[in-house]
Amino acid sequence: MIRRLRRSEIAALALTLLLGWLVIYPILVVAGDAAHPSALRDFFTRPGERAALWASVWISLVSVILAAAIGIPLAFLFEWFDFPGRKTLGALIALPVVLPPLVGVIAFLFLYGESGFVARAIQALLHLENAPWRLQGPVAILLVHAYSMYVYFYLFTRAGLAKLDLSMLEAAQALGANARATLWRVIVPLLRPSLVGAAMLTFMTALGSFSAPYIFGGGFRVMTTQIVATKLNGDLPLAMVETVALALVAVAGLIILRRTEGDDILVALGKGIAPRPRPIRRASVRWLAAVAGWGLAVLLLLPHLTLALVSLVPYGAWTTEVLPPVINFDNYRRLFSEAERLRPMWNSLWMASVSTAVAVVIALAAGWLVVRKRVALRGVIESLLALPWALPGTVFAIALAITFSVHAPLQLRFVLVGTAIILPLAYLVRALPLTGRGVLAAYRQLDPSLEEAAASLGAGRWRTLMRVTMPQLRPGLAAGASLAFVAALGDIVASIVLYTYETRPVSIEILSSLRLAETGVAAAFGVVIMIVSAIVLGVGARR
Amino acid sequence: MSGFLQIQAIKKRWGHNVTIGPISLDIARGEILALLGPSGSGKTTMLRLLAGFEAADGGRIAVANEDVTVVPPARRRFGMVFQHYALFPHLDVGGNVGFGLPRSPDRDAKIAAALALVDLAGYERRKVHELSGGQQQRVALARALAPEPRVLLLDEPLSNLDPALRERTRRELREVIKRAGGGITTVFVTHEQEEAFELGDRIAVINQGRLEQVGPPDELYEHPANLFVATFVGRANVFRGKAAQALGTNGKGVLVVRPERMRFAGAGLPGIVRERRYIGAAAFFVVEGDDQTRFEVLAEPDAAKVGERVYVEATRVIVL
Repeated sequence: MIRRLRRSEIAALALTLLLGWLVIYPILVVAGDAAHPSALRDFFTRPGERAALWASVWISLVSVILAAAIGIPLAFLFEWFDFPGRKTLGALIALPVVLPPLVGVIAFLFLYGESGFVARAIQALLHLENAPWRLQGPVAILLVHAYSMYVYFYLFTRAGLAKLDLSMLEAAQALGANARATLWRVIVPLLRPSLVGAAMLTFMTALGSFSAPYIFGGGFRVMTTQIVATKLNGDLPLAMVETVALALVAVAGLIILRRTEGDDILVALGKGIAPRPRPIRRASVRWLAAVAGWGLAVLLLLPHLTLALVSLVPYGAWTTEVLPPVINFDNYRRLFSEAERLRPMWNSLWMASVSTAVAVVIALAAGWLVVRKRVALRGVIESLLALPWALPGTVFAIALAITFSVHAPLQLRFVLVGTAIILPLAYLVRALPLTGRGVLAAYRQLDPSLEEAAASLGAGRWRTLMRVTMPQLRPGLAAGASLAFVAALGDIVASIVLYTYETRPVSIEILSSLRLAETGVAAAFGVVIMIVSAIVLGVGARR
Repeated sequence: MSGFLQIQAIKKRWGHNVTIGPISLDIARGEILALLGPSGSGKTTMLRLLAGFEAADGGRIAVANEDVTVVPPARRRFGMVFQHYALFPHLDVGGNVGFGLPRSPDRDAKIAAALALVDLAGYERRKVHELSGGQQQRVALARALAPEPRVLLLDEPLSNLDPALRERTRRELREVIKRAGGGITTVFVTHEQEEAFELGDRIAVINQGRLEQVGPPDELYEHPANLFVATFVGRANVFRGKAAQALGTNGKGVLVVRPERMRFAGAGLPGIVRERRYIGAAAFFVVEGDDQTRFEVLAEPDAAKVGERVYVEATRVIVL
């Protein structure tokens, strides 16, 4: 017994060191190197730096407000009112959250950009000389953010509403509270954990958002794009200072939001019945709800439909017309027949697969050690797994780029930048919180007596693992793994800092296609990513 | 008698074939009425109709001659204690009890008084999830009573407590209700006969959406209106035909005899003792009659042995 215990403690120590080396060490290297006097002076004296930092903060805060303004009413509409098509649409409008941000951004560009579908239509309709608007700067970034991040509020609020105990609402009414008082004194306080969770997620996502400011920012820089620009300019010391600054903002934001979350335990005391969606009696209101639901859903899904349309337009065929004159599968044919175009596809697929597989193995080991063995280091392991979530992807990209461009084996630093290893490694770091959360949650729900029952029925360790433990963990594991895979497949933040020509992933290829005005090919890549993502997530969500 | 709370021909339809009512009931000021029935009988729906959470499809509800049939729950001034209490987890005990009280200088005093009434004085700052089940139940009661409601509604108030606590709480609950504001008019739902008997002044037996009988406990027990009430309220042996004749009736209709109204004798209804269930002061003897029907006799623990051939007579019978 004592020997077994010691073995799990040694395994825990090894895992802690590995995670520390992956997750903390690069950050520490950057933080140490960032204490460079001239770089610090540059950072504090150049006006562009402070402007970018401030832009990151206010863009993130406004994104939270906009996302809440769209997502919360949408959640109430779909959770509490019943109208034809409620279920299907309710699931569809949650879609943008799971698609890689880059896909959403280019879809938005093709729909609302200055040469996009809507702009063309208005131009033709009003016989304008030029495009009616330029989709650029902070407004464009905020639009994209609101459009893609409302889903967090929508999903969290719906989940909160679904858990709401109907008798709570009735108790408030019986005590004389009218509808408004019930909303403010009971529903909102009970939803607070959900709302804070959504705000936190939105803030972190907006702070780390790269593709929207990169494509729509123009001259307007936020910290993520500023860091990458500085890095590409070769000013590494300054990039490091910027990275640390962004990390500090992220940590500060997390701490403030956690504070507002408070320590209340908002579990319902008895078992409750969730309120049923109310069938609307009045025909006019019923129609209004249905029209609002359908209208919003179409509006929110329109960019992705546009993306599909653009992908069917051959190079140079669509110039000034409102509708594309030619539609065929040329772009897809080129995608799958030209070796140079197929390569990014393969690169992305294998790198995402490898990083996800390793992340799953690490998560399983962590779950076993943390939940089942309750090792002494369990708190540390869990924090290390969650950490990459708390910091923007750019921070890790820069940290890895700097740490692993030096050959110093004694410091555990190796030259990995420029090799095929560095990108999967970066994806792995980002995948750890996703697989870790999924597996740990599943492990916690797993009744230990199931494994004991298997053992008492004569099953050995291996048989117990394969026949009892794994099937029980599967849903959480699959959910985490599919999210990790899709995130890696569409990643641009780490890729743009760390790619080489040989290992360039799809996202980089999309950017270069856009630069060459090959919109059709870019869109076709986007559609392929979208379809692969949808399939993977669909498989991952199966119970 | 015109009641303080009047329920007149109230009706509710669920789907095609499930109908509740029409039910009419008059409840006097300060009276405690139990709605007793098996699960699915419609008693909870009845309570929710009273509270205003369900809209009636017909009929009328009035309090002190004021028609409240279409008044929304928030303006009915009815207090309600929910089955699982529905205490607000984001508020402490004081916040819960004070929820229904308007802002006023004596608000805190009212909260303290309501808590004192349920023997929880000084619990204002406690978190509700730190309380035991019994304490939560009392907080729920204090919260319902604090706004001085006209009528108190209780949905299975004791079903969430463990059996030992349930019995004690039953008496305390009755005491608190009778003390609050000089006796508050109360309607409560239960499926347990003992609870209805001990807590209620009168009991309304509901079955399949119909009101079977209303009356004080002993009337229901001794003079049930029909076979359902006779068998649902208390233990009952049912005899027909020859067996009924052997117990001294003319054999027409149905004969109901409580186990404690039967005794072993030298002559009467013959049978064989099949089972003996000892309960301390007495024992239940399961006797199988010659027509294979079984019935129970409550008697001294050593009144008979299993396998013994016995004769049974009835000291008091209910003819339906």
